[in-house]
Amino acid sequence: MERFIGKYWPVFVLPTLVAFAVGFLAPFLMGLYLSFCDFTTLSDAVFTGFDNYLRAFSDASGAFLRSLGYTALFAVISTLLINVFGLGVALLLSRPLPGRDAYRTVLFLPNLIGGIVLGWLWQVIFNGLLAPYGLTVVTNEWYGFWGLVLIMLWQQAGYMMIIYISGLTTIPAELNEAAGIDGASPWQTFWHVTLPMLRPSVTICTFLTLTGGFKLFDQNLALTGGMPSGRSELLALNIYNTFYGRSGWEGAGQAKAVVFCAIVVGIALLQLRLTQQGEVEA
Amino acid sequence: MRKLLAIIIAAGLLLALSVIFAAAEDGAAPAGEKAPAAPETTAPANSAAKEGGQVYYLNFKPEQSVQWEQLAKRYTQQTGVPVTVMTAAADTYEDTLRSEMEKRQMPTLFQVNGPVGLRTWRDYCLDLSGTALVKHLKSDEFALRENGQVLGVAYAIETYGLIYRRDLLEKYCALPDAVIRQPEEINSFAVLKAVAEDIQKRRQELGVEGAFTSAGMDASSDWRFKTHMANLPIYYEYRAGNVNVSDAIQGTYLDGMRSLWDLYLQNATCAPTLIGARTNEDALAEFALGEAVFYQNGTWAYDGLIEAGLTDEQLGMLPIYIDAPGEEEQGLCTGSENYWCVNRKASEADISATIAFLEWCITSDEGRQALAHEMGFVTPFDTFGDAYTADNPLQRAANEYLAMGRTPVAWSFTTIPSETWKNNVGDALLEYAQGTGSWEQVRTAFVDGWAEEYRAANGR
Repeated sequence: MERFIGKYWPVFVLPTLVAFAVGFLAPFLMGLYLSFCDFTTLSDAVFTGFDNYLRAFSDASGAFLRSLGYTALFAVISTLLINVFGLGVALLLSRPLPGRDAYRTVLFLPNLIGGIVLGWLWQVIFNGLLAPYGLTVVTNEWYGFWGLVLIMLWQQAGYMMIIYISGLTTIPAELNEAAGIDGASPWQTFWHVTLPMLRPSVTICTFLTLTGGFKLFDQNLALTGGMPSGRSELLALNIYNTFYGRSGWEGAGQAKAVVFCAIVVGIALLQLRLTQQGEVEA
Repeated sequence: MRKLLAIIIAAGLLLALSVIFAAAEDGAAPAGEKAPAAPETTAPANSAAKEGGQVYYLNFKPEQSVQWEQLAKRYTQQTGVPVTVMTAAADTYEDTLRSEMEKRQMPTLFQVNGPVGLRTWRDYCLDLSGTALVKHLKSDEFALRENGQVLGVAYAIETYGLIYRRDLLEKYCALPDAVIRQPEEINSFAVLKAVAEDIQKRRQELGVEGAFTSAGMDASSDWRFKTHMANLPIYYEYRAGNVNVSDAIQGTYLDGMRSLWDLYLQNATCAPTLIGARTNEDALAEFALGEAVFYQNGTWAYDGLIEAGLTDEQLGMLPIYIDAPGEEEQGLCTGSENYWCVNRKASEADISATIAFLEWCITSDEGRQALAHEMGFVTPFDTFGDAYTADNPLQRAANEYLAMGRTPVAWSFTTIPSETWKNNVGDALLEYAQGTGSWEQVRTAFVDGWAEEYRAANGR
């Protein structure tokens, strides 16, 4: 078997590799190149050096940097809430409860709805709730902010719950039993046994939610569209609006996208390193 | 591992390079070399068919997508020239055009919205001088010129103003001590204000919820204000300065626009703080249900209004007044932001097929019938006589104001330097309405923003 794989691995790798190259690497490298160009369509690009990067950071009253701060705050808060909530539900639903699978399914369901649809649905709900007070979800950027946090919590918690549940099932029952015999309280058992054993799941879930928070686009577009005055624009929407919203700014949008990519990759690597440090083997 | 990574990256690079070069080759080859020039003939449509030319129209107006497809089918049946019509969803035309232009089979016929849109696409626009399209234009003002070349030709002339419910307004006029006796008496901002405020005050009596429909600032509706309402102060300033375009706007007539915006906000179906969530559909529904008397929109809204259950007798249109001097002589806002452009980078055969198709559209009976009656366009071509003129109450209002000798307001907004300017003005208008921003911000976005965006668009 080993020899077979050793000999034929290109056959197995090739389809994915081609798809990866066509769907990811090529656009990525082209994008990198285009961020140094002035262009309207991809075929008429003219090399302009670092001009785009200067423009990306000097756009209307620092919108890019403000958007970066807003996005970072959103990513951190939504990561915390989604994981705390997801883990809490996972702990609850890994006990023998009547109708447990039904609950799991219901909590997971929102994850199957597309982001734009979700954004629209919740926009109607939020506006309906706020209207009696003479407010809308775009009255200021913080209604949109907490609206987005709520949407993402509702959508993502179920997904993280599934990952945590599968993590919980891999913890050997003897460990909990032993802790109980040693006289540990349920809280102590959770803190000193369950959580350390769950570290791999925590790594995955925080990675997914943190990068997801930074990359969020659909829900942002549909819920607020950046209103009012672009102050509720997350980074991805800011890049989109720069690229498509302003003639002649395609390159600057592309440069922003490259910077954005570097930031997300950097943060993700840092987060992986930090959470992996504490992982233990059973 | 490292080796594998190297292979992956090398493969990716190669692929990317090949894509870039393939695209570059496409762009580099002069159009003329790709196909022999079409021979001179009196029936260009047929010759184009023989040459294998075809038409690919990227349509801007979703309201008319079905009609265009039917017309294309009829043309193909008659001439054998394949005509593809694709319609971009509302608000996505630029994005769609951009990605379609990347393709091997790119649109041969597309449209720009005026001088500003032309700036993005001028490299793709064929000089149309000498074609039937230009020859049949009633007036040169409908041609989009640059350096002596005609790069775009308007095909639909539209009009907007303050659409009103004639039945409701007449009901108001019949009230004792109403400010006016008939709708036509509204001929200035002062009268409009008096009427609107009186309607608002007596809304229970009239069974309406407000004088104006909600001034929604949702993306489906905000263009009615950030573009169409903003047109009036720009128009008056251009007129006072006797210019057609400006690199710096003073905002001389902005106070008038503020009065109008206040009037819209204070006498509407909803509180000003809620407009951020209101859509154009909301406004249309309020209007159709008889909850409001006035609805700022244009001739293109006619089909929607009829579909919503209104009849011709219930509709009328007034000019939009902003308290400008001499506005008693002002008419409705008439112009075009729909210019046909033929793609210069298409093959010679496709170009002649496209020009032949356009000529057929504006000269043949089927084409004229479709454009005027099925799509409801008022066209600027002399081939459309009285028999081929769209007829509806909104269009009639436009003609009546012309006949009365009122001066139509030009669509000066086509010279707005960028979309960003519109967005910023729209944002400022919304924040002013919500009470989260001041009128100063509107003025800044309007005046300073204009100079900035003009520089950004032209100077860099």
